[in-house]
Amino acid sequence: MNVFNLLHLAWKALLRNKIRTALTMLGIIIGVGAVITMVSIGEGSKQSIRNQLSSMGSNMITIRPSSNVTVGGGARIGSSGLRTLLVKDAIAIQDQAIFITNVSPAVSTNGQAINASLNWPTSLQGVSPAYLDIREWKLVAGITFTNDDVASASKVCLLGQTVINNIFTNGEDPIGKTIRFNKIPFKVIGVLDKKGENTFGQDQDDIILAPYTTVQKRIMAITWIQNIYAAAIDEKSSDTASKEVIEILRTNHKLKYTEDNDFTVRTQAELINTMSSTSSLLTVLLTAIAAISLLVGGIGIMNIMYVSVTERTKEIGLRMAIGARGIDILLQFLTEAILISITGGLIGVALGIAAAKLVTVFLLWPTLVTQSSVILSFVVCAVTGVFFGYYPAQKASRLDPIEALRYE
Amino acid sequence: MANKILDINDLKREFKMGSETVRALKGVSFTVDAGEFVTIMGSSGSGKTTMLNILGCLDQPTEGKYLLDGVDVKTLSRNELAKLRNRKIGFVFQSYNLLARTSALENVELPLLYNADVPTKERKEKAMHALEAVGLAERMNHLPNQLSGGQQQRVAIARALVNEPVMILADEATGNLDTKTSYEIMALLQELNKEKGKTIVFVTHEPDIAVFSSRTVTLKDGRVIKDYKNENVKSAKDTLAALPVEKDDEPKKETA
Repeated sequence: MNVFNLLHLAWKALLRNKIRTALTMLGIIIGVGAVITMVSIGEGSKQSIRNQLSSMGSNMITIRPSSNVTVGGGARIGSSGLRTLLVKDAIAIQDQAIFITNVSPAVSTNGQAINASLNWPTSLQGVSPAYLDIREWKLVAGITFTNDDVASASKVCLLGQTVINNIFTNGEDPIGKTIRFNKIPFKVIGVLDKKGENTFGQDQDDIILAPYTTVQKRIMAITWIQNIYAAAIDEKSSDTASKEVIEILRTNHKLKYTEDNDFTVRTQAELINTMSSTSSLLTVLLTAIAAISLLVGGIGIMNIMYVSVTERTKEIGLRMAIGARGIDILLQFLTEAILISITGGLIGVALGIAAAKLVTVFLLWPTLVTQSSVILSFVVCAVTGVFFGYYPAQKASRLDPIEALRYE
Repeated sequence: MANKILDINDLKREFKMGSETVRALKGVSFTVDAGEFVTIMGSSGSGKTTMLNILGCLDQPTEGKYLLDGVDVKTLSRNELAKLRNRKIGFVFQSYNLLARTSALENVELPLLYNADVPTKERKEKAMHALEAVGLAERMNHLPNQLSGGQQQRVAIARALVNEPVMILADEATGNLDTKTSYEIMALLQELNKEKGKTIVFVTHEPDIAVFSSRTVTLKDGRVIKDYKNENVKSAKDTLAALPVEKDDEPKKETA
């Protein structure tokens, strides 16, 4: 018997029991649909975390001071109180590191930004011009400050969108205006592009950027710096770059090899991996739950095929009497099982994709239907059909025609 | 000399039931020539059913020889037996064994599905010819539950004919039918035998069916006790015509 005949026979047999076929298929439909939807939710959240983290600059390396000595009683001093990072550290990294393109020292403080009668509590961050490249941050208006501004500690600043919204109303152009931050006047020379919230829910646009020298000397009156931001030449070399930075800083700080680092280096790539591994775990869990329902669907097929074989014993006997070989009977029942699972699988894929869209539209969760999840669940489905259909089909093919014919 | 369709020599069949051995056939020998219409008679326990299963290649003898159209059945595998049944034997059962919710035409096509020599294109045509031969050209697309018992048995006979087997093997084929319909079926079989030269082996326990065949082989306790040519074959058609017509015997209402 050729494939066409087999499919025709199987299709007819399934149509003879429409409700039963539909219910059996439902198990597979729900299983496959669940897998597709769940994987798309998992993948979607992974993708969105990735995007958010990349928005902070995917090559970014952050260096913070940290305590390597314990004071009496074993307590360590928090990083904000440490004074171990200096501008010369940043310069050393810029000069010596091969895998680093840009370096910016950073200091930051909180205060009140005032424009005429409006004021807004925000933070002022002192950085070098390279900072915008490191953060992959663009200006929508004006110009950025230069290294000369840094050298002369000039009182110029760039404003984030949130700050502008709060102290410049009525669509007033902030460029060229002078605002005050903690009573010190700053001239606005540029406007930062909107960056939105970061992964931790902080508003990245609620910020004022100024030359770090200005913030150090005129506002905070300190000589050290709080952070160093650097950019690796690309995402892959983040690790190498971070090792390089560690070596340079250890040499600069004259640390003995027995001493711990008095700073910490964290790459964005590391953070991305940590966050996506969390959501990978989520994907695996969701998929596992969905896979169980697919398994249940498969057992449903097996159950129905068993019932069908028993119910059609006489038919099997007749077919054998008029010349069907064992393999013909086996293929006939196997085809039925596969037809149920594949048809169910196709419907399931369609419903799963639709459900993923609905989740995005109504729950506003990001979803991403990947090609691999569709192909995988479809293949699993076909395999399920063969796996759960084979045993009942084999049982049918091994019936004794004499007994099968006499079966009532 | 006519071509031997069945050649059975000292056929034995034993069944093991626990520790006991039941000897259903204890050495049966007979031959059937092409074109014969043979009834195999016997009461229950005579080995009739065992004989039928072996003749139909559904079962194999423990000892002895069975040649079907020159093929030694004993040496064949399960699959080869299936092929032999498909090509050489046309079964007609007591309970028709038509597939439910499947049209008469598709039921008749069934044996052709398992015959690789018949291309898909010819299947339908062959099935239609077979249905015409049993007088059901008008009912091809009816489902079994829309046909009377006699009509259903005709479909079964068409199914038996469709692969042009060397032998039609009928198992109590009139057992479920009333007298009049039985005669109709017998008339059809006689016609197929006489006009188309089909070899027919008819297994039954009813003596009044045997009178329509040209030869009767009687089994008892696993042996042939009588094997005689029927010199005076009764015509089922004439018998049918001679039946008194009663109102109740009016042809069954057709449900279309």
